[in-house]
Amino acid sequence: MKKFGKILALCLALVMVVACFTACGDKTPEEEGSKEAAAVKVGFIFLHDEQSTYDKNFMDAAKKACEEMGVEYAQRTQIPESKDCYDAAVDLIETDGCNIIFADSFGHESFLIDAAEKYPDVQFCHATGTQAHTAGVANFHNAFASIYEGRYLAGVAAGLKLNEMIDAGKITADKAKMGYVGAFTFAEVISGYTSFYLGAKSVCPSVTMDVKFTGSWYDEQKEKEAAQALIAGGCVLISQHADSMGAPTACETAGVPNVSYNGSTVAACPNTFIVSSRIDWTPYFKYMIQCVQDGEAIKADWTGTIKTGSVVLTDVNEKAAAPGTAEKLEEVKGKLLDGSLQVFDTANFTVEGKKLDSYKADVDTDEKFEKDTEVIKDGIFLESDKRSAPYFDIRIDGITLLDENYG
Amino acid sequence: MAKSNEIKHREPLFHVVKRDDMPQWQAWLIRCATILIGFLLVGILSMAITEESFGDTYQIIFSGVFGRLFEGRTTMLWKYLQEIAILLCLALALTPAFKMKFWNCGAEGQALMGGLASIFCMINFGEKLSYPALIITIIVTSIIAGAVWGVIPAVFKALFNTNETLFTLMMNYIATQIIAYYVYIEGGGSNVINPVAYGNFPAVGNNDYFVNIVTVAAITVFMYIYLKYSKQGYEISVVGESQNTARYVGINVKKVIIRTMLISGALCGVTGMLLVAGKDHSINTNLVGGQGFTAILMSWLGQFNPFIMVVMTAIVVFLRIGVAKVADTSHLNSSFSEIIVGIVILMLVGCEFFIHYSIKFRHSKKEVKA
Repeated sequence: MKKFGKILALCLALVMVVACFTACGDKTPEEEGSKEAAAVKVGFIFLHDEQSTYDKNFMDAAKKACEEMGVEYAQRTQIPESKDCYDAAVDLIETDGCNIIFADSFGHESFLIDAAEKYPDVQFCHATGTQAHTAGVANFHNAFASIYEGRYLAGVAAGLKLNEMIDAGKITADKAKMGYVGAFTFAEVISGYTSFYLGAKSVCPSVTMDVKFTGSWYDEQKEKEAAQALIAGGCVLISQHADSMGAPTACETAGVPNVSYNGSTVAACPNTFIVSSRIDWTPYFKYMIQCVQDGEAIKADWTGTIKTGSVVLTDVNEKAAAPGTAEKLEEVKGKLLDGSLQVFDTANFTVEGKKLDSYKADVDTDEKFEKDTEVIKDGIFLESDKRSAPYFDIRIDGITLLDENYG
Repeated sequence: MAKSNEIKHREPLFHVVKRDDMPQWQAWLIRCATILIGFLLVGILSMAITEESFGDTYQIIFSGVFGRLFEGRTTMLWKYLQEIAILLCLALALTPAFKMKFWNCGAEGQALMGGLASIFCMINFGEKLSYPALIITIIVTSIIAGAVWGVIPAVFKALFNTNETLFTLMMNYIATQIIAYYVYIEGGGSNVINPVAYGNFPAVGNNDYFVNIVTVAAITVFMYIYLKYSKQGYEISVVGESQNTARYVGINVKKVIIRTMLISGALCGVTGMLLVAGKDHSINTNLVGGQGFTAILMSWLGQFNPFIMVVMTAIVVFLRIGVAKVADTSHLNSSFSEIIVGIVILMLVGCEFFIHYSIKFRHSKKEVKA
């Protein structure tokens, strides 16, 4: 035990030495910035780090928004969907003096709400969550974007590519089958692939689609294998809703066109990348910072759109895309902007051969996952209207689910 | 040079000799020096990559681990102690098995099953039972769940002499899939179980982790006494040294293997319970987060002595949290912290090698050239 004491003494000595450093060289900001309304410091909580395209998309936007607004920020990466999220929020508030906390993953939500209840003076914002409109915690807010519009546009580009293949005689119209690699069989993914499919169908009426799920938001190997299986199954174009480079690189190797997500993959896939849709979070980050600076309340549910600059497409890769794609996308985008085109217009799809007149979606989170809210009005499925996170979970005709995966 | 001559005198460049003669104080000096060098290296590597000064690097590390402790804010200190407690509890759970030379690589799965029992009780009995009854149910079921998951490979080992390393590893995957399925059922379509309000361990003085930390402290003392002073602890050592000797002196080896794995699994189950009832109040497949494997190293580095394990886990968790903060502050990839912690652990393992073995080089210069 004597030796044990020695180590202890050494460790303590080390603690003391560094304690001196800490005490002398203190450069942390002054007391929690509540004196001035304008003093904002944002704390970001990320599920992974920039190796995941999902988190990188948030991290890039965080940097850009904070630089443009001239505010400080701190971040914590690799925060699991557990009490660690709560602890990270507390750390960001108490150690770094942040007065806005943002977390980027669905499973962070409940823990963030706990933190929001403990720190009523701090604003908590959360992407993809569903509980803000029912939780009754005034300083907790959800945000998402109408990414289904972006996917619809990407689908149009895919449909044009299919038409080009049909015209060139590479495939016949009835062989126009797309493949889609999804993460989980959740509304967020279903809403995404359905809008993508509807976009393609709007220009290529004979299109069908196969969907495979990986059961993970980020699993490069599984995504690659799923894409390869879809290609082997006769899919002539692939898109994905998962965060790794698995599907795009599988497509590049096989020479199959790919519509990407979360950002351009043209550098790795110069011959097959057509276009990519993504959510740009910069407008939301700026909005929440502005609100706190002005002392105004942040909306409980905020849905970014093409108009707010939240839903964006990358440049079209002329090498892989069909000629005239960029022009056509501009035209469709204009229609989406002026409201003359609705993605989930019930006239454009059928369920088991029938048109939908009424549908109840699970909008309010509860233990039994009851379908509680009517979401079809005047022939339009109102996605992201009752709350920001998607709730379109209908299986429409023309799309075949090869498997299902709920995690 | 004549070939036959060379063969005659061939001696390897160096050879490794086991040594038992190093005095304890010297061994500890080497360990402390290694730790110090490790800490210096952490600072220097961070400096090189982040362009912060050495002092600033350590200031960031300390603020990451202790937050604003010097301004009287203890939240982060408690968080640090909690992280130590969990890793330590897993290491303690593995120790009796390792001492018996039973390679339990299944701490991850055993803890997951303990956690599953906890969350199951919290969800299903939360409204029906009174708080004390619920807590007792959680404790009992978690211990049983972990023990069952641990004892299955032990029974196969005792009866059929199966390979316990593979067996326990495979049991991890089964446990993970069971949790994934349970989360799917309870999460109803989403892969998230929202925190359950029932059966949470109480916060003591605004501190959520007090119960966990005290529990693990008690287990540490218990394990020290159990291994060092109890008859069962002695039996474990004998079986670990030589099963034949154990049989010769009349120890029922099968019984010891099964009993020890019951304890090992039960303590892993307790860890799962601490994570679910004492921390997350929810569960997902990432509950233990790979710590079941880090714990194997902790047990070895602690030389199966619970009190040394406290120091080792404290160092490793300190680096893990602190260097992660350095990475976040400098916007580095999180691999940075994993690499740094990996280097220090490797150094610690390496120093054990040099304590137990010495390297003898070939003497003649000529021969070295040849």
